[in-house]
Amino acid sequence: MNAMTENWIAIGKLEDIPLRGSRCVKNGDMTIALFRTADDQVFALEDKCPHKNGPLSQGIVHDGCVTCPLHNWVISLSSGTAQGADEGSTMTFPVKVEDGDILLSLDGHKE
Amino acid sequence: MKKKLVIIGNGMVPGRMLERLYDQAPDLYDVTIFNAEPRVNYDRIMLSPVLSGEKTYEEIIIHGDGWYIDRNITLYKGHKVTEIDRQAKTVSTNTGETVSYDKLVIATGSNPFIIPVPGHDLPGVLTYRDLDDVEAMLLAAQSRDKAVIIGGGLLGLEAAAGLKERGMDVSVVHLMPTLMERQLDEAAGHLLQRELEGRGIKIYTSSNTKQIVGDGKVEGLELEDGTIIPASLVVMAVGIRPNAQIAQEAELDVGRGIQVDGRMVTSDPDIYSLGECAEVGGQVYGIVAPLYETARIAADHLAGVPCEAFKHSETATKLKVTGIDLYSLGDFGQGDDREEIVLRDAQAGIYKRLVIQDNKIIGVVLYGDTSDGAWFNNLLKTGEDISEMRETLIFGQAYQGGTPLDPSAAVAALPDDAEICGCNGVCKSTIVDTIKEKGLTTLDDVRAYTKASASCGTCTGLVEQLMSVTLGDSYNPAAITPMCGCTDLGHDDVRRLIKAKELKTIPDLMQALEWKTSCGCAKCRPALNYYMVCDWPNEYADDYQSRFINERVHANIQKDGTYSVVPRMWGGMTSSTELRAIADVVDKFDIPAVKCTGGQRIDMLGIKKEDLPAVWADLGKAGFVSGQAYAKGLRTVKTCVGSDWCRFGTQDSTGLGIKLEKFMWGSWTPAKLKLAVSGCPRNCAEATCKDIGVVCVDSGYEIHFAGAAGLDIKGTEILGNVSTEDEVMEHVVALAQMYREQGRYLERIYKWAKRIGVDEIRAQIMDNAEMRKAYYDRFVFSQKYAQVDPWNERVSGKDKHEFKPMADLTLEPAE
Ligand code: SRM
Ligand SMILES: Cc1cc2nc3c(=O)[nH]c(=O)nc-3n(C[C@H](O)[C@H](O)[C@H](O)COP(=O)(O)OP(=O)(O)OC[C@H]3O[C@@H](n4cnc5c(N)ncnc54)[C@H](O)[C@@H]3O)c2cc1C
Ligand code: SF4
Ligand code: FES
Repeated sequence: MNAMTENWIAIGKLEDIPLRGSRCVKNGDMTIALFRTADDQVFALEDKCPHKNGPLSQGIVHDGCVTCPLHNWVISLSSGTAQGADEGSTMTFPVKVEDGDILLSLDGHKE
Repeated sequence: MKKKLVIIGNGMVPGRMLERLYDQAPDLYDVTIFNAEPRVNYDRIMLSPVLSGEKTYEEIIIHGDGWYIDRNITLYKGHKVTEIDRQAKTVSTNTGETVSYDKLVIATGSNPFIIPVPGHDLPGVLTYRDLDDVEAMLLAAQSRDKAVIIGGGLLGLEAAAGLKERGMDVSVVHLMPTLMERQLDEAAGHLLQRELEGRGIKIYTSSNTKQIVGDGKVEGLELEDGTIIPASLVVMAVGIRPNAQIAQEAELDVGRGIQVDGRMVTSDPDIYSLGECAEVGGQVYGIVAPLYETARIAADHLAGVPCEAFKHSETATKLKVTGIDLYSLGDFGQGDDREEIVLRDAQAGIYKRLVIQDNKIIGVVLYGDTSDGAWFNNLLKTGEDISEMRETLIFGQAYQGGTPLDPSAAVAALPDDAEICGCNGVCKSTIVDTIKEKGLTTLDDVRAYTKASASCGTCTGLVEQLMSVTLGDSYNPAAITPMCGCTDLGHDDVRRLIKAKELKTIPDLMQALEWKTSCGCAKCRPALNYYMVCDWPNEYADDYQSRFINERVHANIQKDGTYSVVPRMWGGMTSSTELRAIADVVDKFDIPAVKCTGGQRIDMLGIKKEDLPAVWADLGKAGFVSGQAYAKGLRTVKTCVGSDWCRFGTQDSTGLGIKLEKFMWGSWTPAKLKLAVSGCPRNCAEATCKDIGVVCVDSGYEIHFAGAAGLDIKGTEILGNVSTEDEVMEHVVALAQMYREQGRYLERIYKWAKRIGVDEIRAQIMDNAEMRKAYYDRFVFSQKYAQVDPWNERVSGKDKHEFKPMADLTLEPAE
């Protein structure tokens, strides 16, 4: 994948997402969760935990990961994979921040 | 087409077999399991810790429902197989299912043996085999005071210790002259008896049961010599019988158990048997180590992987009673051709005995100090000639080769294939390699990845020593348990340092206390946030991103991502206006479910997150505030009707409950805090199992605390008696504040009280008026900042972003 061939969609400003927090973007039936980490990086994952589809957007964000609110699986924001002894992965989407605008691509990828 | 594998019985052994089978050949079989017990596979070995209260059932589950779902296994819980039709290759159940198989595994375990004395079928006579038995014993422990255990073997003594722990008056009746005679020699049996008697358990050895007496239910047990022991609960733990009935009916070869060859195949080549029901090489087994071996072999064979045939090996026995260390292995009978080496240390309560034949160890009994068990086991297994070290052998590994070694050096010196965890058959090199490969640093991780110390737990010490040997200084098992992986500090240190160093924000704290991660984790952040809220009520800005979702959005998340909303109904009182407002909200927002909670109020379930503010707005108009059903904070104050209505009511329990709730709502606490006020000792508000309870009496009020009725069940302790409502308020509030200041995050009040000591709490709250007043004042001060209805705040716009998606690409593709 390279940036030239991707379709970037502007979805809002960096400040729209609370620091160490998350917001959702609806795309038809799918919900995509955008996360902002303590160091202002932004990541996008499908809002579905690989365990039992828990809404990851509602979890606690820490160290490049989010802890699912339903049963505490820890999911890496960059790769979408479950950490520790748990196994599974969630779809990730390319996302970048340019001049404070968040740009999302719907070209999802699963490990 | 996948082949059909059907398994009868879902115990520990077939569970282990399936793990191995899925590792070896994940796609070979469609698996169906029938289990007579209505549950998943759990660690039966750990039933005694569940009985004694050291573990919960949830903690001993081996494979949760998800495990079966992930592997597409059909698990029929609560279905008993009643017939195997070998011609048609089907099995049928008592619920009318018939399923066909290509390969069948019979793993029906054992049945506890019931001695057929008169009275054996009276209500109140139990066996000890599964969770139902434990639950029945716990129920009996609540309401009954005396229990007799028949059988002084491993199971019987674990049951006795567990029931004693639960507050029963326990006797053990044992047929033989010494306890656990199959595993222990006489001397060790006596030491064990002394220890148990010291704990208040009565022991009758050389005693045979004549009958169980009682009219309609158990009332006692009569011995052959005429002695009558009063009892309202009798537990028979006299042995087990392989459960081979269905195999017998299907005309498979059955001896003591279902006979199998070294590959676990029965007399029918398509039927396997393993676990306690199987007889292999003329032996049946009743502990998991050899049984897991049968599981491994059957799995390999089913997967078509070459493997060796089953070989008998000696396995060690340990008793899982906290504070009693005993270990026995092999053959320790006496004989002309045998010699023994014995070591006794009366002061320390230690007894060790080795039985030697032809310069080899053939039996080991250790009591009081079992740390060399693994080493002796290894010598026994390898058949090493011990003549060189005969003089020092009994002192253990540390004394071999001159200077005594420290214990971890002894562990370091164990050979790579030394077995560390007997239950799960994990050897030293597996543990060390996994620690290195996966970079494991905690005991929990090692358990998750290697299974070592994950069953009965008696090898935990060894595993920890292996961890220190492998990880060096970075692992220190003796240290205080750290809050989480982000720090080495425990909760109490952190709380102390927050005050001492005046740390008032989470980033400040992480800097000052050298947190190892950039911004903590989901374990420490909510704890730190609570400590800050509690210690700096007027200064600290609550960090919502450090709160669990329920507390962040002030509603309870449900399994499908919707929310539930529970408004306060003060003291459980409501009115037609309130009920009408709730009914209107339910209709307007199409709320799918409405339920009366166990906390005397109404729960509306299945609300979409986007709708929450509007739901709250409508509820707010009717005067409702948040019930904080999600909070580590004050939940409900249950009340009964009291002197307002009840013919027995001694005081206005409803009024007092409402007063307490109105005074205390909004306060955050280490874990949830639930109160109740009952109008008389009939206690209809169940005040004696609450975090804090008040029981009204003629002369005033009895204040209770530290009850539990959730994961644990425990009656309250009495704090003391007071005579006016104002005094109740002051004492209850002061107690709550003391708990707020000292409790560790997620520690319920009964656990805190156990740690601090009930007497200490009484001394500070009942006897020291000055301290009580100071606690009370600090609570009142913090309430000024806490009693803000979070729903109203959000209706007025706070945290708007939480409830609205950031963008909807379906509506307006932003291109
Ligand atoms: C709604 C309710 C069940 C009901 O329909 O009656 C309920 C529902 C839940 N309880 Fe409960 N408990 C409810 C009364 C109780 C009671 C009975 C009582 O309060 O009188 C208990 C036993 C007493 C006690 O508190 O221990 C109880 C012991 C638990 C426990 C075990 C706590 C423990 O430390 O032992 C949990 C798990 C936990 O907190 O970690 C729990 C957790 C939960 C959670 C929050 C599970 C979760 O994390 O999602 C459930 C939330 C459902 C929801 O979204 O509303 N619930 N729960 C009750 C709400 C009462 C209320 O009005 O606020
Ligand atoms: C309290 C206690 C403490 C123990 N402590 C230890 C210990 O410290 N160390 C140790 O090694 N071992 C210990 N054991 C023994 C160990 O738990 C067993 O050896 C082991 O669980 C046997 O496993 P299994 O799979 O053969 O049978 P089980 O675990 O007994 O499972 C058999 C299952 O099959 C089901 N079943 C039976 N008949 C049918 C049927 N017709 N249709 C469908 N399902 C059926 C039963 O309901 C049961 O769930 C202990 C046992 C108990 C009860
Ligand atoms: S409401 Fe309570 S008891 Fe019921 S399922 Fe949920 S946590 Fe368990
Ligand atoms: S759904 Fe995410 S941990 Fe269970």
